[in-house]
Amino acid sequence: MSSTGPSDTGPLAPARRWTMWLPLALFALFVALVAYGLLWPASKEVPSRFVGQALPEFDLPPAAAGRPGLKRSDLADGKPRLLNVFASWCIPCAVESPQLARLAAAGIEIDGVAVRDRKADLAGFLERNGNPYRRIGADDRSIVQVGIGSSGVPETYLIDGRGVIRYQHIGEIRPEHIPLLLDKLKEAGL
Amino acid sequence: MIAELGLATLWLAAALALLQLIAGALALTARGTGFVGVVRPSAVVQGGLALLSFLALIMVFVQTDLSVKLVAANSPSAKPLMYKIAGAWANHEGSMLLWVTVMGLAGGFVALVEKRLPERTMLATLAGQAFVSLGFYAFLLFASNPFERLNPVPVEGQGLNPLLQDPGLAFHPPTLYLGYVGLSIAFSFAIGALVTREVGPAFARAMRPWVLGAWIFLTLGITAGSYWAYYELGWGGWWFWDPVENASLMPWLAATALLHSCSVLAARNALRAWTVMLGVVAFSMSMVGTFLVRSGILTSVHAFAVDPQRGTFILALLAIYIGGALTLFALRAGTVTEGERFAVTSRESARVANNVMLTGSLGIILLGTLYPLFTEAFGEKVSVGPPYFNPMTAIFVVPMLAVLAIGPLLRWRRDSFGRVRAILLIPAALLVICGVIAVVLAPGKVLPIIGLALAPALAVASILPLRGRDLRRVKLPVWGMVMAHFGVAVSLFGMASDSAFTTERLVAVRVGETTEVGPWQIRLARIEPVAGPNWTALEAVLEARYKGAAPVFTHPQSRTFWAPVQNTAESALLTRWNGQLYTVLGEQAAGDRWQLRLWWKPFVPMIWLGGVLIALGGLLALLGRVASDVKRLVARDKIAYRRERQGR
Amino acid sequence: MTMRFPIGLQRALLCLAILLAPLAAGTLRADDIMPPAPYAYRQLDDPALEAKAQRLMESIRCLTCQSQSIADSDASLAGDMRSQIRERIAAGEEPEAIRTWLVERYGDYITYAPRVTSLTWPLFAAPLAFLALAALLLRKRFGFGRPGADRTDGGGAA
Repeated sequence: MSSTGPSDTGPLAPARRWTMWLPLALFALFVALVAYGLLWPASKEVPSRFVGQALPEFDLPPAAAGRPGLKRSDLADGKPRLLNVFASWCIPCAVESPQLARLAAAGIEIDGVAVRDRKADLAGFLERNGNPYRRIGADDRSIVQVGIGSSGVPETYLIDGRGVIRYQHIGEIRPEHIPLLLDKLKEAGL
Repeated sequence: MIAELGLATLWLAAALALLQLIAGALALTARGTGFVGVVRPSAVVQGGLALLSFLALIMVFVQTDLSVKLVAANSPSAKPLMYKIAGAWANHEGSMLLWVTVMGLAGGFVALVEKRLPERTMLATLAGQAFVSLGFYAFLLFASNPFERLNPVPVEGQGLNPLLQDPGLAFHPPTLYLGYVGLSIAFSFAIGALVTREVGPAFARAMRPWVLGAWIFLTLGITAGSYWAYYELGWGGWWFWDPVENASLMPWLAATALLHSCSVLAARNALRAWTVMLGVVAFSMSMVGTFLVRSGILTSVHAFAVDPQRGTFILALLAIYIGGALTLFALRAGTVTEGERFAVTSRESARVANNVMLTGSLGIILLGTLYPLFTEAFGEKVSVGPPYFNPMTAIFVVPMLAVLAIGPLLRWRRDSFGRVRAILLIPAALLVICGVIAVVLAPGKVLPIIGLALAPALAVASILPLRGRDLRRVKLPVWGMVMAHFGVAVSLFGMASDSAFTTERLVAVRVGETTEVGPWQIRLARIEPVAGPNWTALEAVLEARYKGAAPVFTHPQSRTFWAPVQNTAESALLTRWNGQLYTVLGEQAAGDRWQLRLWWKPFVPMIWLGGVLIALGGLLALLGRVASDVKRLVARDKIAYRRERQGR
Repeated sequence: MTMRFPIGLQRALLCLAILLAPLAAGTLRADDIMPPAPYAYRQLDDPALEAKAQRLMESIRCLTCQSQSIADSDASLAGDMRSQIRERIAAGEEPEAIRTWLVERYGDYITYAPRVTSLTWPLFAAPLAFLALAALLLRKRFGFGRPGADRTDGGGAA
């Protein structure tokens, strides 16, 4: 059983035995991996890596009548606020509007980035769903969206008084999300 | 009524599979010899019943019986007959029924014709086949009943995804299925051989036609699928290293390796345990592929019938069958008697190199496909795509192609390079010349240059085994090998040429304006509305001139289907001997302009032509093998008959 | 599950594979109808720069699609990203700098070309490991001209 060189006949040399179990071991790894993936499916969301970073420089023209456009310096005036990335063609954006209205009523400043939106559509959207925004910038070519690592609409970013992104909320804001957002705003120094 | 009949026959088929398993297992024991006669007939009847059940499903689809849930979910009443039939398998439940049907038929056929192997090995094989079938019957009957009724009955069905309403696609899944499931026979043979420890040339010869058959279908299925992706997706790409594409490629790689090691085992009685291993791996890859696709565990552009619940069921089946087979392998393969020895320079060694490289690329593709899943467990999202797969698989594929040129020229057992050196000078010279030309024509593109340099040399080398032979006496399997290897060269040339020389033009033009792409001048003659059976479309009429020659017309469309509502861009292709013009109509742009996407792709059809040649090569080899098997059987019967008469 | 728009299946696709049932019966376009960004469907005039941009775009993953590069997608975000990439390349930026810039925002998910990190090195070590394993198993497989040894096991080869 201790021979290592090629033997004439008989069973394999023991040094090689482990290789017979190698396929099974690899398969066990595969099963463990996919079972983990099935039991704890990863979220399909792609979170921004830009949380913790200062906003990039940008200057967006106004998107709606009666509201100014949006530039970076507007978001670094010493007060934490929410930056809502949205669009009139996005249904969840309409779903979250009551929550934005509540936050605005509570004195939170909300600025909007309207992504690839037509003026007329946006006006209709704001008329139907209310307008909680102080400023709305028109991001017709997703420059700001890509600049802050946003992968869809709606997304809401919490910006602190120095213009640094402190938190990202992906998807529509539901009523149950409001306390968390308020906590995060407090953390940011509200 | 038909639905209930279908379900009843499905239950009966499952019962027979159970009988086949139990009888087979008992017959292998010392006292169970009485069961020997039960096994083969139950395999045959089981296959027949599964087929009846599948035909019943096709019937309810043809009749558009909306009281059957599956029909209601996949078929509107207004649809061409061909797509009604295709609807039967273009969904999860129907495709699983097709799966067990193919498996049952293959098992029945083996039971009918395979008489070479020791009876004990055959019993173990058929019991193994029944064991695997049973899992899929259970899956169908308990978790994916295709005949489930719906109450109340809807007035209209939901329709088949328009992208699937395409003649190529209607027959693409069954083709791939024949390949996937055909490999189950190799799997069962491997199990049978491990149980009885009978691994030898007879085992390889019995298994080879099944592997060849499955491999032909896999080759055709992948080729067709790739071509379909190419013209349907509308961006000119033909392979994306998407998880679902990889899932279809992995069984093919394993089957290709198995085919080559099987020949070594059949001819030289070497690579015994390894061949058994590949027999297990090939079908395992089919099941792994099915799991990856159905569970939706990986995101894919080709995501269909995704359901994590079913994923769990398939994973359980995988764990039982693959895990069981690999355990059996670990326990038994060490005691499989050893194979014949061979020198480094020999045809066997070339086959070993081929197997190492094929297994290596399979391993890399599996790893790359699953890796995002692995990093997600650590909270990191990673994407693995073409920039990884192309060079990494090339590490294995390029040396393999070099061996492909040399291997068939070598003798079995022991040979010397000196003997083949002179003849190899021709492809070697061609390699250098083409390499230089490629570097000049496509500077800086490493992989395409390698491909362009290798392909012509490979084409010549693949024909070399025929040199000096009387072509009329060359056997069919040799012709098959030559043709398949030639096909590899053709396909490689197409791939390399496409990535080296494709020219793209994205333009927005007004009606009447002309644009250029590569050697073509293209004028947008007009835009007109057209209507199909279940869609309407805007069609561009493009007047294309190749280097100023007489115009040819192509008609790309932007289609809107209404059941279900969906927009698709239907590309239009113009094929010449030296390439393909690929045209797509995009959206309307500002100022009465229309967005056009145009590509000139030199020699791109060779990719799929090569695929067809490879499959044809397989077919020739299969015909040759089957013909000589039949001849041998007839001869044996004659001898037996004569002996019997002399005995009297 | 939160449902976000734009739904990525601009053009849902195909199946090379097995199984085909319509994933989303009725993949309605819930997307905007703004005209595309200037370079979303327009090439750079300089073919060398366009080739650079094209190569980069082919390896940047579309964020709103299932599994496609931004070069193969009609999603509007993909179009906007193509336009930004072409504009940056035209302005003289290097493709790898743009890739890094995107990775800073979206993480490694955005690039189809995985970087070598503490988590991804096995991807790159795998081919070497495989070849080493094959060499180890095959070491004794061949006779290497030793005339006496004429039989060995067939197991574990390759």
